[in-house]
Amino acid sequence: MNPTDVRNPDYFHKVVDCQWACPAHTNVPEYIRMVAQGRFDDAYLLNRDSNVFPGILGRTCDRPCEPACRRTRIEEKPVAICRIKRVAADNRGDISARLPKAPAKKLGKRVACIGAGPASLTVANDLVPLGYEVVIFEKNALPGGLMRTNVPSFRLPAKVLDEEIAMIVDMGVEVRYGQPVASMKALLGQGFDAVFVGSGAPRGKDLDLPGRKEAGDRIHIGIDWLESVAFEHIHQIGERVLIIGVGNTAMDCCRTARRIGGKDVKVMARRPRPYFKASPWELDDAEEEQVAILVNHVPTKFVVEGGKLKGMEFERVDWRKDAAGKQISKTIDTVFIPADDVIVAIGQENAFPWIERDVGIEFGKYDLPKVDEKTMQSTRPGVFFGGDSAWGPKNIIWAVAHGHDAAISIHNHCRGLPVQDRPGPEVTLVSQKMGLAEWSYSNDYSTAKRAKMKHVDLQERFKRISTEVEVGFDAEQTKREVERCLNCDVQTVFTDKRCIECDACVDVCPTGCLTITPNGEEGELRTRLTVPAANTAQELFVSGGLPQTGRVMVKDEDVCVHCGLCAERCPTAAWDMARFDLTILQAGQTGCTSNK
Amino acid sequence: MPSPKPNVVHPHLRPNQIGLTIRDYEGSMSTLCAGCGHDSVTAAIVRSFYELSTPPHLIAKLSGIGCSSKTPTYFVGGAHGFNSAHGRMPSIATGANAANRALTYIGISGDGDSLSIGIGQLVHAIRRNVDMLYIIENNGVYGLTKGQFSASADIGSKSKRGEVNRFGPIDPVSLALDLGATFVARSFSGDKEQLVPILKAALSHKGFALVDVISPCVTFNDHEGSTKSYLYTRKHLLQLISADFVPFAREITVDYAPGTATSVRLHDGSVVRLRKVEADYDPTDRQRVASHLELHRNRGEIATGLLFVDKQASDMHDTSKTTEVPLAQIPYEKLCPGSAKLDELQKTFR
Repeated sequence: MNPTDVRNPDYFHKVVDCQWACPAHTNVPEYIRMVAQGRFDDAYLLNRDSNVFPGILGRTCDRPCEPACRRTRIEEKPVAICRIKRVAADNRGDISARLPKAPAKKLGKRVACIGAGPASLTVANDLVPLGYEVVIFEKNALPGGLMRTNVPSFRLPAKVLDEEIAMIVDMGVEVRYGQPVASMKALLGQGFDAVFVGSGAPRGKDLDLPGRKEAGDRIHIGIDWLESVAFEHIHQIGERVLIIGVGNTAMDCCRTARRIGGKDVKVMARRPRPYFKASPWELDDAEEEQVAILVNHVPTKFVVEGGKLKGMEFERVDWRKDAAGKQISKTIDTVFIPADDVIVAIGQENAFPWIERDVGIEFGKYDLPKVDEKTMQSTRPGVFFGGDSAWGPKNIIWAVAHGHDAAISIHNHCRGLPVQDRPGPEVTLVSQKMGLAEWSYSNDYSTAKRAKMKHVDLQERFKRISTEVEVGFDAEQTKREVERCLNCDVQTVFTDKRCIECDACVDVCPTGCLTITPNGEEGELRTRLTVPAANTAQELFVSGGLPQTGRVMVKDEDVCVHCGLCAERCPTAAWDMARFDLTILQAGQTGCTSNK
Repeated sequence: MPSPKPNVVHPHLRPNQIGLTIRDYEGSMSTLCAGCGHDSVTAAIVRSFYELSTPPHLIAKLSGIGCSSKTPTYFVGGAHGFNSAHGRMPSIATGANAANRALTYIGISGDGDSLSIGIGQLVHAIRRNVDMLYIIENNGVYGLTKGQFSASADIGSKSKRGEVNRFGPIDPVSLALDLGATFVARSFSGDKEQLVPILKAALSHKGFALVDVISPCVTFNDHEGSTKSYLYTRKHLLQLISADFVPFAREITVDYAPGTATSVRLHDGSVVRLRKVEADYDPTDRQRVASHLELHRNRGEIATGLLFVDKQASDMHDTSKTTEVPLAQIPYEKLCPGSAKLDELQKTFR
């Protein structure tokens, strides 16, 4: 193999699995260390730099970082990254002085954002401090988009939502509440320098089965129903409720139903558990609230008698693979399940009836706009999409990432620069050596198990819909959990010309990551290592030829616990532990001269 | 203090035949200098015991004084151990061995401990053919006292401060051969592919197995002008014969061209297969081995490998007809039959 080029920012970035997996590339290990040191304000602001809504995301994030966490490769459970984020948000002091502010002198450029959800708010967050005037059009009377309408308040308290949105809006964003955009053409005629569409995927799918019409208003569309509950248009539901679908929206629906009258709440799934779309922890939380989840039930009709919904009929099925490996179902029998109300939560779609098809915005497959993946620009220069409105439902952290990308494009567009010109990431690599066997990070491995989130007890939480279920980590839990982080951003950095091949690092490595061996082709080399490197998703580090024998140092990054012993036992400092700090530049930031 | 070694293992680490992973054969963290050859020897010992599936409680580790003699602390934490006075480890090993032959004995010594203060002890352990593995971690200097030449330093080699050594070296390999040792090997701490099979064979050998390991002192003897540095050893190392250790249970499946390999079956049924680099080298012919070593020494080459093995000789237990039952397990009345019996015995001498 060729020597690994560690000057390519991606190499070390991939070693920080959590940061690599995060769409917004939040510097997770660094904020965990800050929390460990009690620097909650710093931890909060570091989060805010990349993900804008630490308090909201610390409760609601889909956590792509956690399954990626290296800890899952050496023990069962990842670091509770998301919960630690919430610790920073819950314990921070007044940080208003450290928030970005709008300059007194404006650029004279106006940007319209459609929908006051996380994507548009991120665009505003990035552009207002640069001197842009941002106008957000919002159909509802309150900002937040899906974060307010679809995430129930027992998961995300309104106070947290209001505070973090206010940090952006209070910089001087003009939000026109109660003003849905009815015509893109008309909006384009208002002379904005750029338009950002962050209106989400607002149309919940219906279930067109026999009896649907007759059942009438006892059938609810999940996201619309949640919105009605959030805005207090709906206060109750029948005792027996069926939820069709098993995604995260379904989980929010069933838990909400439990709070406003639902006693016998069943979630009906077509497939077995491994195929569920909902996050495992949301399933757990629903089951804790005595929601039954029934697998292998395919809905066939709504049963209506005398104009009144009686329940639903399902086919019970068995899934197996056919010769081609495709899952096929075999019907076992038909069952009737009584219900007073049915909530349909089987997905949502984008809908742009208000975008005229002759304004230069092209639509492609599934009637989705054609959007460039990097720049977020549509086929009409100056019109950008982000969040769920770009490629359908994802989650908040993706909307934030889209917002940052769109803001860079808008800033370029308004200055007459090509939107394809993107600032590269800013990287620093600093040795953490403090003494012979002393490091500036906590390099000792903690065997603690993942802390379990405490919940408000069932009786208490059902009293009020806005009672937050998760109480957050206490000080003791936090103290133990932060030590579980392996500090993957403290990189093992190797200088081949210093190596005397004494084997000290190879011998001391607790997880057998290192090998000194003749070079070879990757596939073959992987089999020859101290412990064969089976996880091909993790790259190998291969040094140049070593001075004494010409062999190479190979490191399998897969289960390195960043204990620093290789560097500690290296007599020539060929190994060093250096902190890798990667900043994804945002709109208006220019590398080393960044205004951060 | 060094950082503690994380209590975590690679998920793919396989247990050996008795269910232990390689990490179960480790000891406490080394306090030797970073990069010390001795730590590599320690790692090779850990691997050997792990691969042999030796139960830790059936291992006895012995040592004297010096950097080398600290190392038993760093492997097989669950073994028995005795740290003796300087150079006196062979006596302790002989006594322990006589009292309990059920254990696997491993003595770790250095060139100072074995070739100066303890040479009188070493030679008698060889002569008695004590059933043990005796490792000399040979670095040519007294590291604990800041790098004076030892008795194995080559004539003409330079100390760290530039002083030239004026005395000739004692070569433990030649010494052992001459004294009738039954297993003689030399290896290098930086070459575990060679060292591990040699250690496994030595541990399985019945009788005294001497393994001289060139183990560079990274602090006081790894400079230009040293003949025991990593670089010098690598440049002058000659693998005269390479050993593959085949445990008893495994079949020999690799064939070698006739005349290139010799197989030696050890007492426990395992086999050491020796691949000869030179066609006329015979590792069972003491005289020819000695002359070969002389030849390579004169060429300035460091001959390595399992250089000599004799499985015919009887060990101390055979010669002294010691009991197979450890003394500790013999009932006290039998072990010490009382003064009447002693008087009886003494009468026979009068």
